[in-house]
Amino acid sequence: MRLRAPREGRPFISSDQQSCDDRGKEAIMWPITSKVMFEAANELWHILWFPFALVWKEICLIFSLSPKFSKKRVFFLSSFLFLVVIVSYLYISHERHIENPRDKVVPSVTQIVDAFKSSVTELDRSKKHCILVTDMIASSTRFAIGFLLLLPGVWLGLHMGLFPWFEASFLRFVTFFDKVPALTLLPILFIAFGLDETAKIALIVIGVSPTIVLDTYLKAKAIPREMIVKGLTLGASQFEIAYKIALPMVLPSILDNLRLSLKPVMLFLLVGESLAATSGMGYRIFVVRRYMAMDTIIAYIAIMSAILFLIDVAMKQFIVWKYPWQNKG
Amino acid sequence: MAEQGVREVTEENTQASFVLELQDVYQRYPDSGRLKTVLNDIDLRVRQGEFVSIVGPTGCGKSTMFRMIAGIEQPASGTLLVDGKPVLGPSRNCGVVFQQYSQFPFLTVLENITFGLRLEAFGLAGNLLAIHRRRIKEFNERAMRYVDQVGLSPDDAFKYPHQLSGGMRQRVAVAQAMIMEPKILLMDEPFGALDPATREVMQLFILDMWQRTRSTVLFVTHDLEEALFVGSRVILMSPHYETDNGSHEGAKIVLDCQTSSVSPKPTDYKYSPECNALMKAIREGGYSSSNKVHIRGFNLRHADSFRTVTPEEWRR
Repeated sequence: MRLRAPREGRPFISSDQQSCDDRGKEAIMWPITSKVMFEAANELWHILWFPFALVWKEICLIFSLSPKFSKKRVFFLSSFLFLVVIVSYLYISHERHIENPRDKVVPSVTQIVDAFKSSVTELDRSKKHCILVTDMIASSTRFAIGFLLLLPGVWLGLHMGLFPWFEASFLRFVTFFDKVPALTLLPILFIAFGLDETAKIALIVIGVSPTIVLDTYLKAKAIPREMIVKGLTLGASQFEIAYKIALPMVLPSILDNLRLSLKPVMLFLLVGESLAATSGMGYRIFVVRRYMAMDTIIAYIAIMSAILFLIDVAMKQFIVWKYPWQNKG
Repeated sequence: MAEQGVREVTEENTQASFVLELQDVYQRYPDSGRLKTVLNDIDLRVRQGEFVSIVGPTGCGKSTMFRMIAGIEQPASGTLLVDGKPVLGPSRNCGVVFQQYSQFPFLTVLENITFGLRLEAFGLAGNLLAIHRRRIKEFNERAMRYVDQVGLSPDDAFKYPHQLSGGMRQRVAVAQAMIMEPKILLMDEPFGALDPATREVMQLFILDMWQRTRSTVLFVTHDLEEALFVGSRVILMSPHYETDNGSHEGAKIVLDCQTSSVSPKPTDYKYSPECNALMKAIREGGYSSSNKVHIRGFNLRHADSFRTVTPEEWRR
């Protein structure tokens, strides 16, 4: 079905040919009245219809497959939901603060900023850094190590996609392992590795790796056979096929997938930290929860999400810049 | 089977002069619980410098033959020699040009063309040292000559394949294969995805390229006119023929001819009576299932043509 706005200048009285002819006869009978009345009605109709026409145009745009958007419109559309969330938060917070100026559940902007300030000024136990910096260093170290340890998964997936021996040996195991809910392994990991960093990083790797492996496997498997034959006829050895043809071919989509796995990595990191740690973003959030310090929690969440969002955007820009051929026929 | 059969050899030839030799080649695929013969006793010899176009109705096994010669699959039985050596897998002996996926999308045109050379020179390590840079410069100069030969502008050399048109891409693919100087250049419907006008230009291009380099080309196509125009020799493969045996399965070479008595061909070859006669012969020689030719009447006039038949097929 196609949505279509009513054509302009169409009289509201009649639309079909028959009644148009009738109107002609009327015009002979009452030349002036009919014309004036018709024009006035038409005008009125347009004035009344105008806002609806705008809305209708917008609705048609929503389901248009190839609309031409200006940058302004894209900016407006992409910031709209942010605005809605922020404004409604501020509104709720404001309403609650009118009732109770010391409301902690929905802290105001000033409260959040204060919490942020105190986390920047207050020193932690070691008295070297402020709390926020300590937490960020601890978390980002774990995050970086966990993220880097996903790379062997990429390697394994690539080999599974190309070499049947790897496929036969690993595919079923990895697929099974992928279905084990990683969080249920956490107690085992704590018992096996103690409450140190090892257990937390192991949780990240165990939780995210199988997906990475399987994804890379599928991508490598989808490389057209022709490409590989072409490589062989150009004199490539099996390793050159793997690292000079297959890897560069799937690299952008692997990076895309790593970009999407930023969140699961963070998720497993936060869970690990919330259960056993002495510093870290997750640790702090779960500690201050005991005092219902929503201001600190919100400040931390905002910082964390912003950093992840920036990493995501940076990776995306990098992929677009570095691999201009991606997704192009 | 073929081993006990009658051999017809039209001319005595030393083995070494043939770049490609197929003898008693069968190919069978499993099909609903049994083996279905796709290629039935293929015999073929191709000399250095020939441009062989292979035509046949859809599904007759042209591409199967292509894949076997390229080494992508092994024949069920029979001997298949490229340059006197059995084919064990895809190798540098054969350059290939496919209809699709003709280049590596992650490399520029120049990198695509020099890909084989760089692999040969540096292997996995890639270009790490200054001495490598010098070699790369050398390769690039060589590739630029090919870029020029295949009719691309020097600017195109730094583009990615997705920025080129279909015809351009196929030109690059030809250059990429040719620069490695393969024994045989195999092309599987290389112009199948192009529009008719581009197709004609590309046919002229490939003919020109062949006449300049005198390499051996095997050109698989389903377009009769194209096959006759570009090939110096045309081979018709068809599952539509008759034998004394009654039932049979799989395609044979039913026609093997020189396309033109003069070489190079006149430019209006497509409209010459010679071409028309040959096209008629192909159409009536088993190109469609309605015109079947008996195995005794196969048109194998080419000087290098030979075949083996089984006694059941050809009763005396």
